[in-house]
Amino acid sequence: MELSGGEILMESLKEEGVELIFGYPGGAVLHIYDALYQQNSVKHILVRHEQAATHAADGYARATGKPGVVLVTSGPGATNAVTGIATAFMDSIPMVVISGQVQSRFIGSDAFQEVDCVGITRPCVKHNFLVDSLENMADTIKKAFHVATTGRPGPVVIDVPKDFTAPGEKIPFDYPKTVEMRSYSPPTHGHPGQIRKAVDLILSAKQPMIYSGGGVILGNASEQLRAFTRELGYPITQTLMGLGAYPASDKQNIGMLGMHGTYEANIAMHECDVLIAIGARFDDRVTGEVESFCPNAKIIHVDIDPASISKNVTVDVPIVGDVGPVLDAMLEQIKASEKRADPADIATWWSKIKTWQSGDCMKYDLSDTLIKPQAVVESLWRATKGEAYIASDVGQHQMWAAQYYGFDKPNRWINSGGLGTMGFGLPAAMGVALAKPDATVACITGEASIQMCIQELSTCLQYNTPIKIINLNNRYMGMVRQWQEFSYEKRYSHSYMDALPDFVKLAESYGHVGMNIENPSDVDAALDEAFAMKDRLVFMNFVTDQSENVYPMIEAGKGHHEMRLNPARELA
Amino acid sequence: MRHVISILMENEAGALSRVAGLFSARGYNIESLTVAPTDDPTLSRMTIVTSGTERIIEQIIKQLNKLVSVAKLTDLTEVPFIEREIMLVKVRAVDAGREELKRLCDIFRGKILDVTDVSYVVELTGDDHKLRAFLDTVGADNVIEVARSGATGIARGDKSLKV
Ligand SMILES: Cc1ncc(C[n+]2csc(CCOP(=O)(O)OP(=O)(O)O)c2C)c(N)n1
Ligand SMILES: [Mg+2]
Repeated sequence: MELSGGEILMESLKEEGVELIFGYPGGAVLHIYDALYQQNSVKHILVRHEQAATHAADGYARATGKPGVVLVTSGPGATNAVTGIATAFMDSIPMVVISGQVQSRFIGSDAFQEVDCVGITRPCVKHNFLVDSLENMADTIKKAFHVATTGRPGPVVIDVPKDFTAPGEKIPFDYPKTVEMRSYSPPTHGHPGQIRKAVDLILSAKQPMIYSGGGVILGNASEQLRAFTRELGYPITQTLMGLGAYPASDKQNIGMLGMHGTYEANIAMHECDVLIAIGARFDDRVTGEVESFCPNAKIIHVDIDPASISKNVTVDVPIVGDVGPVLDAMLEQIKASEKRADPADIATWWSKIKTWQSGDCMKYDLSDTLIKPQAVVESLWRATKGEAYIASDVGQHQMWAAQYYGFDKPNRWINSGGLGTMGFGLPAAMGVALAKPDATVACITGEASIQMCIQELSTCLQYNTPIKIINLNNRYMGMVRQWQEFSYEKRYSHSYMDALPDFVKLAESYGHVGMNIENPSDVDAALDEAFAMKDRLVFMNFVTDQSENVYPMIEAGKGHHEMRLNPARELA
Repeated sequence: MRHVISILMENEAGALSRVAGLFSARGYNIESLTVAPTDDPTLSRMTIVTSGTERIIEQIIKQLNKLVSVAKLTDLTEVPFIEREIMLVKVRAVDAGREELKRLCDIFRGKILDVTDVSYVVELTGDDHKLRAFLDTVGADNVIEVARSGATGIARGDKSLKV
């Protein structure tokens, strides 16, 4: 079969099992768009901004575990995509971004719409390629998908000079069956000796803690994590990225940890004697001040990326490997072992934890007149029976979503944890809805974040993605305001959102349904009404209490044992 | 501590910038960096001299290994190894100093490559210590210009860095 570069590109995507790509055309990719037009196996979603293409592909990947695929033009198309590439990179999301490039003979000449895409994206991709000939096109695509999806996943950029996609030049096409990269061989199974050491430590703990992260979701190892945790009967806490890998409703789960984690999870981290870290990377939002992080604990760390191990916190038993097989191996050895932690120790540990839990750190004041954002999230859980895919933006609303929407399943909580990208929520929700047409999808956002990619309301209409937008509108960049309240003596420098649009009219002008909700007593009914509109996008503008803060909170420079709690809790 | 790290990487466009970018993005030190193709033209060998705490060196090695273009890596400082660097130095050479310099070159096994009425260009090979010792002995007042290649290195014995 003789094909042009553009056709090879489309055929290769088909070979990779790609059903959906997100993109935006332009000069450098016109040949590719022409090839796209003349086939029907790959569906293209036309976004309204390249940033949204990457976020949508990212949401698609997080919900399905399959790589998200993006197609953008050279120059501004590529630079617009960078925020979304960096977002995916920080959260290790598998993604392949195909960017057009000027013709190879013009590279380096400051040609029209030329940027050094490989150079610009280098620090925020797992790897990138500049296709150097038509002959290497298929092989490069094969490698790109391989690198993006294996080991610790991540975004891979393929920069494609326009001349290599021209319809006039055809070569025989045969998609490579296998990849050979002598310089790339991700680890799989953990070292047996290390696993034995870890199991020994796990079974001699008195105050153990399991701390799991996004790696468990990326490694598709939720089942293994559940089996492992239940067998041991130990308490478990998750990072923001790891929510849903272990059911929120399970009694062994003591909630999220870190800056806005539960009091009990953070105190238990501080007090534990054996910490079992699984697919988590000791991010600064989790550890607080490293000097006072888990001061009494021996630390076991399971991670597929050796560079994550002992990066921020020195660990005692590192295990480099894919979390699933490592958990399987550990569980097998635990089951086979005679040894068990002393049940009396574990019971005492649990009773300490129960005492910490009894403080009810997530309690907040209800009001008859003002809508509490936390209450909206709890109502949303009820209205969706806890089954929805929740994409979030960044700010206070993101933390409330994480804290109050109890995720019982993995891949349901879609948020930009590492980069914290405002504007992520709406396009990500769109990507999820396209990946899961039958699922309930909501986007929890704030009036500031939503305006960063609001143009995608148009894409949502075009492709009929009936997501529900939950805008927790506090007329503030609430998270910024909160820091200013605590650390800058309430000098609210540029954190107030003035001249906001009428969100109801805005939604309507895009052809969607808009709702304004101002009274606490209307929240439940409004949500039920919105979710009953199965085939419509509903933009729900909740006018919420402006003064609400996210609690508990570990402030900068503090340790896990020094949390700031909700004043409402003190009054109780 | 000072470490000499040698890596074999795919000899492709942009490979050097991946390494250089890694060091600048993560704030690691680079004392010197040399790179050239090996006997296998598809592979480049790069030698990086860096310094940092044990923990930073461990991170540098892991981060380098993580680069998709890096095929093999060795921390030469962990084994007996040979380090060599070439230095071209232009020194003031006048009056009695000319003889003195000539003698010094011999002691350091240097070569005089260029001679004028007032200067020599000396070529010297060795490790960092030796090169600095030469400059110290000549004295800052007499050194006009220094061009150093940066270090390269290889392990002693039959162990080798190969893919
Ligand atoms: C692109 C981007 N710019 C700036 C920030 C810094 N930032 C973090 S939260 C926040 C405010 C978000 O406001 P809003 O969306 O209204 O959410 P709220 O905190 O009020 O719930 C800002 C500006 C960011 N995370 N991302
Ligand atoms: Mg807000």
